[in-house]
Amino acid sequence: MKKQSKPARIIIAALAAAIMLSSISGCGQTSASAGQSPKAPVEITNVSYDPTRELYEAYNKVFQAYWKAEADQDVTIVQSHGGSGKQARSVLEGNEADVVTLALEYDIAELEKGGLIEPGWVNEFEKNSAPYTSTIVFLVRKDNPKNIEDWDDIVVPGIEVITPDPKTSGGARWNFLAAWAFALKLYSGDEAQTTQFLKDLYTNVSVLDSGARGSTTTFVENGKGDVLLAWENEAFLSLKEHPGEFEIVTPSVSILAQPSVAIVDEVAKKRGTEEIAKAYLQHLYSDEAQKLAGENYYRPSNTAILQEFSSTFDLSLELVEIDKDFGGWEAATAKFFADDAIFDQIYEQ
Amino acid sequence: MGAFGKRGKARVIPGFGLSMGITVSMVSLIVIVPMLSILVILSGMSLADIWKAATERKVLAAYWVSLSASFIAAVVNSVFGVILAWCLVRYKFPGRRLLDGFIELPFALPTAVAGIALTTLCLPDGWIGRLFTGFGISISYTRIGITVALIFIGIPFVVRSVQPVLEKLGPECEEAAQMLGASKTRTFFKVIFPEIMPAALTGFGLAFARGLGEYGSVIFIAGNIPYKTQIVPLLIMSKLEQFNYGDAAAIALVMILFSFFILFAINLAQSKISKAEKG
Amino acid sequence: MVDKIVKCFLIVIACAFALLMLGLPLAAVATYALREGYGVFIAAITDPYALSALRLTLLTTVISVSVNTVFGLFAAWALTRFSFKGRSLLTTVMDIPFAVSPVIAGLVFILVFGRIGWAAPVLSFLNLKIVFALPGIVLATIFVTFPFVSRELIPVLNARGVAEEEAAALMGASGWKIFFRITLPHIKWALMYGVILCSARALGEFGAVSVVSGHLRGKTNTLPLHVEVLFGEFHLTAAFAVSSILMLIAILTLILKTVVEVKGKKEGASAIVELKGKNEGANAIVELNGIKEGSSV
Repeated sequence: MKKQSKPARIIIAALAAAIMLSSISGCGQTSASAGQSPKAPVEITNVSYDPTRELYEAYNKVFQAYWKAEADQDVTIVQSHGGSGKQARSVLEGNEADVVTLALEYDIAELEKGGLIEPGWVNEFEKNSAPYTSTIVFLVRKDNPKNIEDWDDIVVPGIEVITPDPKTSGGARWNFLAAWAFALKLYSGDEAQTTQFLKDLYTNVSVLDSGARGSTTTFVENGKGDVLLAWENEAFLSLKEHPGEFEIVTPSVSILAQPSVAIVDEVAKKRGTEEIAKAYLQHLYSDEAQKLAGENYYRPSNTAILQEFSSTFDLSLELVEIDKDFGGWEAATAKFFADDAIFDQIYEQ
Repeated sequence: MGAFGKRGKARVIPGFGLSMGITVSMVSLIVIVPMLSILVILSGMSLADIWKAATERKVLAAYWVSLSASFIAAVVNSVFGVILAWCLVRYKFPGRRLLDGFIELPFALPTAVAGIALTTLCLPDGWIGRLFTGFGISISYTRIGITVALIFIGIPFVVRSVQPVLEKLGPECEEAAQMLGASKTRTFFKVIFPEIMPAALTGFGLAFARGLGEYGSVIFIAGNIPYKTQIVPLLIMSKLEQFNYGDAAAIALVMILFSFFILFAINLAQSKISKAEKG
Repeated sequence: MVDKIVKCFLIVIACAFALLMLGLPLAAVATYALREGYGVFIAAITDPYALSALRLTLLTTVISVSVNTVFGLFAAWALTRFSFKGRSLLTTVMDIPFAVSPVIAGLVFILVFGRIGWAAPVLSFLNLKIVFALPGIVLATIFVTFPFVSRELIPVLNARGVAEEEAAALMGASGWKIFFRITLPHIKWALMYGVILCSARALGEFGAVSVVSGHLRGKTNTLPLHVEVLFGEFHLTAAFAVSSILMLIAILTLILKTVVEVKGKKEGASAIVELKGKNEGANAIVELNGIKEGSSV
């Protein structure tokens, strides 16, 4: 064995070189802009859900400028987007996010259960840590060829509905609950009939993508389906991207969707980014950011600024709320979305 | 083959310790230890729970969708694979080399790229989809779409298994049979077919196993509707995203057993081939 | 006459199938990539995120292919040069990555190295990050391409037998010398073929990497994942533009593979002629004849 060591050393050296190379190029990114600024540049990671891509792309620029002025420090924000549940899972499994901005309070609560986020996060920021809200609307094809006006128009046979999978998508859960609220009102509280209504609705669903953006792509780009149950912001964005091809229909009842934000305490503590993470989320409530949210078709939580966008949003829409009407996410999840709960039952038989 | 000096003799060639050491430690590090973690997760569950997770109705339906789509895809690939291999070996025609070179495209093309390309093609107004819209058949987001994607990724397996056998066989065999008065079709089915059958089976098995686990190219085209178009890999992902690691591991275990069974069947077929060869 | 018809018929079927299943997807990628003109195409492929994804993909490929090549050589040596108990078991275990869904492959690494994994305490003690970082992506890629190199080498080494190596060893040559002087020249084409296949698969791996990546833009997004991101951003054309880069790499790989195959075949054939002519290495000829004629031996 001893005399064989020379080629062995070459191989080991080559491997070592490869690993070195990788670590160098890995570091290269973070240390690229070091030098001029008195404080070392900092990097934070924001793990978000599907439709916020455009919002945070814009907001990150605003925040970078703000932080430069405020703390004289350069900040890089790394973004990640995907289905809300999927994103929460990756953070739980070790995807190191300093902040999470997810579609559901529930997904963040999972992180709290996993010990990543300290209890009480809901009250850490104003308005239950929901800096912007949204609701669920219908996106239909131009001139509304199937005459879809309300929830009961999409449960009749022959309508093809596109919505994501409530098992994995936050938006899909809001969709489901909005439909439930409508039917419950329609049948004056009869849950058996309401379940049947939801069953008819999901019978019409032809594609159940794993995230909201997947559904939008299916409907908008791939031309599948007659109606897309979508986040309001997602629907407006589709109109903007494809002018003249779609219309938004606002149903009579919908739900107040409150996407939540939180600092991932465990990660922020470890990296020493607590201060900037807090500022990053706090600044979402600034007038500037609230306007940006409105421009990206999220309903600003600041009511004064929301009024500025009254020509965009249908502010008269009746909105049910998750805490008031469904007893919070914990209860709603157990009742509707857990294994063998109502959503699973809909697909059985 | 090549069995010289292997039986019981002292090892003449050096490097046994080193090469075995590296092989075994790499296999353990990369394959065995990670795979064992599935069992670690499962060890925290009762047998009844594992059984329930692996045989839930929704899960059974997903097995069925995955198995049937990969089976059909593998059958289609076997038929066309044999024809392709036959043409590539026996006929000279313009573009033969090009065709030969491109058989491995599904290996080389990233599955995500294949996925979005196939989805776009199969949409109602896509190049392929439009041909079928007239008949009221939609391909994308149905089981047909899943099967199409699985056909794509399985193309190389049968062709590449059958090709060498045909090359070895040579045209002499058929010529001899024909000189003895056998008809062409008879020659094919009595002489050639039995020869390429084991290889075709191997290719079939590989394509089948690959199809069962395929993810990247299918997710864009699969509708993910429970009981209808939900495939097992997507279901595993869905379980994971609900933080349900136990169920995901249980389903994964069943899939691994399926694949193992298929691989085992291939090995059996292969050992039969070599036995037949040794005659 | 009938022959000709059958021939034409079969060729048409074969070509039609290949065109439909292989040609059309390629054409679709190319067409869609360029449908909004070259400007959009260039912008999409020179986007900083696309470039960093390309860099990550290439880096991952280089590391995982080198690891698998070294491993493949050692494994092929161990499995074909020696007989030992459990050899077939080892072969089967090495083939597991072929049979396991990429999703499961990603899952198992999460279960080991993730925050909830059993190796997590050790990793956090060492302040090491495996999953959702480069090492995890590399590990997942190594896993899915694990058997590629060894699988190409084993049949060639088996077919050659061990006579030459044994002779050299008896004359006192060291293991490395035997390997570099005798074995490597014979397996170099198979090795290159394996490396090419391995690289192709590593470049394009999606499922397993998608599970362990975390999708951090500019950090852990590989090129195939970037395609998915673009696909979900109303940037269909950009998605196809990036796809077309991956497609070009794939086509280059295939051309390289064909060249290697042809060269390998030629060299293999001339080697046989040489052997026969010089009447050397009777063993090898017996071997070769054995393969060729199969049942007659």
